[in-house]
This record gives sequence, C-alpha cells and structure tokens, in this order.
Amino acid sequence: MAYSKKVIEKFENILNEPEKFNVGRFDPKEANIGTGMVGAPTCGDVMKLQIKCESKGNTHVIKDVKFKTYGCGSAIASSSELVDMLVGKTLEEARQIKNVEIAEALELPPIKIHCSVLAEDSIQQAIDDFEQKQ
Amino acid sequence: MSNEIKLPIYMDYASTTPVDPRVAKKISDHLTLDGNFGNPASRSHKFGWKAEEAVEEARSHVANLVNCDPREIVWTSGATEADNLAIKGIANFYKDNGKHIITSKIEHKAVLDPCRQLERDGFEITYLEPNEGGLIAPEAVSDAIREDTILVSIMHINNELGTINDLDGIGKVARKNGIFFHVDAAQSTGKVDIDLGNLPVDLMSFSAHKTYGPKGIGALFVRRKPRVRIEAQIHGGGHERGMRSGTLPTHQIVGMGEAFKLAKEEMHSDKARIQSMHDRFYESVSKIKEIYVNGDFTNKVSNILNISFAYVEGESLIMALKDIAVSSGSACTSASLEPSYVLRALGRKDELASSSIRFSFGRFTTEEELDYTLTLINHAVERLRELSPLWEMYLDGIDIDSVEWQTH
Repeated sequence: MAYSKKVIEKFENILNEPEKFNVGRFDPKEANIGTGMVGAPTCGDVMKLQIKCESKGNTHVIKDVKFKTYGCGSAIASSSELVDMLVGKTLEEARQIKNVEIAEALELPPIKIHCSVLAEDSIQQAIDDFEQKQ
Repeated sequence: MSNEIKLPIYMDYASTTPVDPRVAKKISDHLTLDGNFGNPASRSHKFGWKAEEAVEEARSHVANLVNCDPREIVWTSGATEADNLAIKGIANFYKDNGKHIITSKIEHKAVLDPCRQLERDGFEITYLEPNEGGLIAPEAVSDAIREDTILVSIMHINNELGTINDLDGIGKVARKNGIFFHVDAAQSTGKVDIDLGNLPVDLMSFSAHKTYGPKGIGALFVRRKPRVRIEAQIHGGGHERGMRSGTLPTHQIVGMGEAFKLAKEEMHSDKARIQSMHDRFYESVSKIKEIYVNGDFTNKVSNILNISFAYVEGESLIMALKDIAVSSGSACTSASLEPSYVLRALGRKDELASSSIRFSFGRFTTEEELDYTLTLINHAVERLRELSPLWEMYLDGIDIDSVEWQTH
C-alpha cells in the first residue's frame, strides 16, 4: 500500500481523536442539517457527510460538519480533508469544491483518485438534501 | 521470554516461518570449504560421498515425519514445483488413459495454475465447490468422477482457512475408482500427523519454509506401492531417479531435513502451546460483536484463524493494524475491494462489507505478542466502526442489503 505521508498521518489522527476530527452524526431530520451518503459497500467505500447550516436570508453558511466513512485509508482521509475545507463556507462556495483540491492536498495516487471524487459527490448530495428541506 | 515487544509482530506464520536457529546452524555447516559443500552427485571423491550422505539422512527425516519410504521422496524447489510435477507429471504420463482431472476451487494457485495450463493442453478440469465451512466432501469427489478421470488433487490444509480435508475419505473414493490422488500438504507438516503408511494418497507435496526450514526447497512423495509414475518436468542429468534433474542443493536439503526432524520431535508440544494460544485469542476476539470465523471451526488447525470483521473495510483495518504482520483475505491492490477467491467460494453473503484477516501463529509467538495483538485489534475495530456509516446503520437496525446504493 503506497500511501502518502499525509494520508497516513490524517488516518492515524482520525483514529486516535475521532471527535476532534468531526467523526459523528447529526439528526438528519433537523431542518438545518443536510445529509449526503455516497458509494456502496460492494465498491469498498461509503461516505456519509452531514452539514449544519446557519441561514441569513437566502445565504446559508456551514457552521459544523460531521462525517463517517467506510473505506480505505485514502477514502477516510479524503472525507476528512473535505470536512476541513467546509466550515465557514457558504453553500455556493462549498458547491465549487473540486475533487482535485482534495487529491492534491493528500497527494493521492491515480488509483485512489476515486476517493476524492466520492468526497466531492458527498458534499453535493448533502447540499441538495439541505436545499430540498428549505 | 523478555517483556519487550519488537514491532511489528509477526502473525503470518502460514505465509512463511522464520528458519529455526538449529536449522540455520545445520545449513551453514553445508556451505563453505570447511563444511560439507560437495556435490552429492560426485561419485569419485569423499566430498561427494559426504554430501550424498547428508542428503540421504535428510531424506530419511522427511520420510520419517510422514511415515513413508525415503525412496518415495523426490526433492523439488518447493511445494509449487512439487504440485506442478505431480499434476503435470501424472497428466503427461497417463494422458492416454483419460484427460479429466478433479480439483477444488479453493486450492492454492500452485495447483490451480498447472490445472489451467493443462486445460490449454486439452485436459478437462472439474473444480469442486467446497461446503460453507471450506471442506471438500468425499461424496463431491465421487460424484465428479468420470470414465476418463485420471487424477484427483485436493489440498490437505487450506492455507487461508486452516480447514482440514478428509484425506482418508477422498483417497478411498479415488482408490476405488483407480484414480491417482495428489495432496498439497504444504501447510500440514508439524501441524498434524500424516501417516502415508495408511493414507490412500499417491502423491503429496511438501514445503520446508512453512515448517521452520529454508525457502527454495520442498519435496514430492511419489508412492512406490502401488507404483505411481510421473513424467519429469525438468530434464538434465537424471537426478532423483529421473523425476527431477538438477544438482541437489545440499544446504537447503539438510535444512529441510533438520526442520522436519524437529517437527517430528516437537509437534506435540508445539501443538499444545499453539492450541492454547489459539483458544485464548479466539476467546478474546469473540467478545467483539459481529465477527465471523471463516472455515469450519471444529475441523481446522489451531495455528490459523481467519476472521471477518463486519462493517470494517479491509485496507483500513490492515492500515490500523500496521504493527501486526497479518494477511488479508481481501487483495487490496486495486481500487475496489476484492475478496479472496477462497472466501468467495465459501459463498459468504456479507463478505463485501467486511474484512477478513488471517492470523497465524507459530513456534516463536509469545504470550506478550498475543496480548499486544489483541489490544490493537480491539482498538482498531472499535475505532473503525465508530467511523463506519455501515456500523451506524447496523446499530440502527437497518439492513445494509436493503439499501439502494448508488454504485459507481
């Protein structure tokens, strides 16, 4: 397994201090929560991402994020890398996040690029879910 | 034993074993000018005679462990070559009697790949399904026999599961039908008693490096009564009664001989110790929720324990257990999770959402290492489940099979 130092570090940090790294859940029924779940067990990764938003008029800002990921070290690190980018962003800004940013930050090898794509999908889905509730 | 633990901890004895220091000593005595370095095939001087003597003594040790005649032991470069020699050797020699071979889906690649090669050469192979415990029933062999079947090749102990096949039952079926029976016993020596004096087995493959001997040496048992003939696969000098040419590697052979001699002497004390470690290990691991032992628990060797941890992904588990050297049932070299062909053949439904790990202990495993390993496993599984949305669903009572996943 050729993992970059960054992936290994991130993975170990998350395992050692899950709460500090936003592992957890929000109640998906709450109006200010958006939930995205992407991937499949048969593919080896499932990412669940939840955003908690604060709204001022039509602008929604991400105040807090929780995630859970079933998958390889790169998938877990990708989720976490995305989580780090989200807090404080408006939904418009969060929509602009591209998988390349995650892949580059973690130095993912080509074979693990799909992990970053999945992370990008998870925020899109979480925003969709939030917007449907409004 | 010292209390200091050297990391990583080796828990992969089924993959290979370290050479026993007593074996290493024996090997080093057969290398240099001061040692017994001669060519065992040299007939004209003492160097050759001494080397030949050492080779024959080693042959006796191997034969002694499995209760056969030393003349029935043919040295090879390992179990892979022994498997190739047995399968292709029988197929080539007896092809006029028929071109059908029976084996199983969970054989080692050293058996499956020669079978695939024979298929390309016009043979037909039946790959038997194991039962859900990973065992091949003698009845399944019996049902697969045809007029033109010439060989049955079934492993003794499965390398991933540790399950033990009924050699006596399968062998009797083969004998009754006049079919040769080959057994890959790479995992067996020093673990269970093998009595070729009574077992209806015609050919059996052995490996040194799974039994504290060196890599690069193995042997094939070829029965003399009733006589089994094989066509040589390597030609060049007619060594090993024409069945396997090539200068005999004295140092490796004496290494294997010494290792097998020790296996004979120490099998029962080794076994008792490993059994107690296995039981303690299992007792502790079984306290973790949603774990499954792969392979028939009541019919396996105690040095191998293959466990699936549900709702935990394989690659991440291996990564979290980086201080323990184990083998994963899932080959994680590609982007997607690929369960091993052995586990897939057992038909375990939930295996794609779980990761299986093969723990294998051995002669040099200490109680301290076992405890440390258990602590790490508990911690890793707990944390990865805390991180797993699938585990969360399980706790919420949601069946992950009923969810419509968006596969990509």
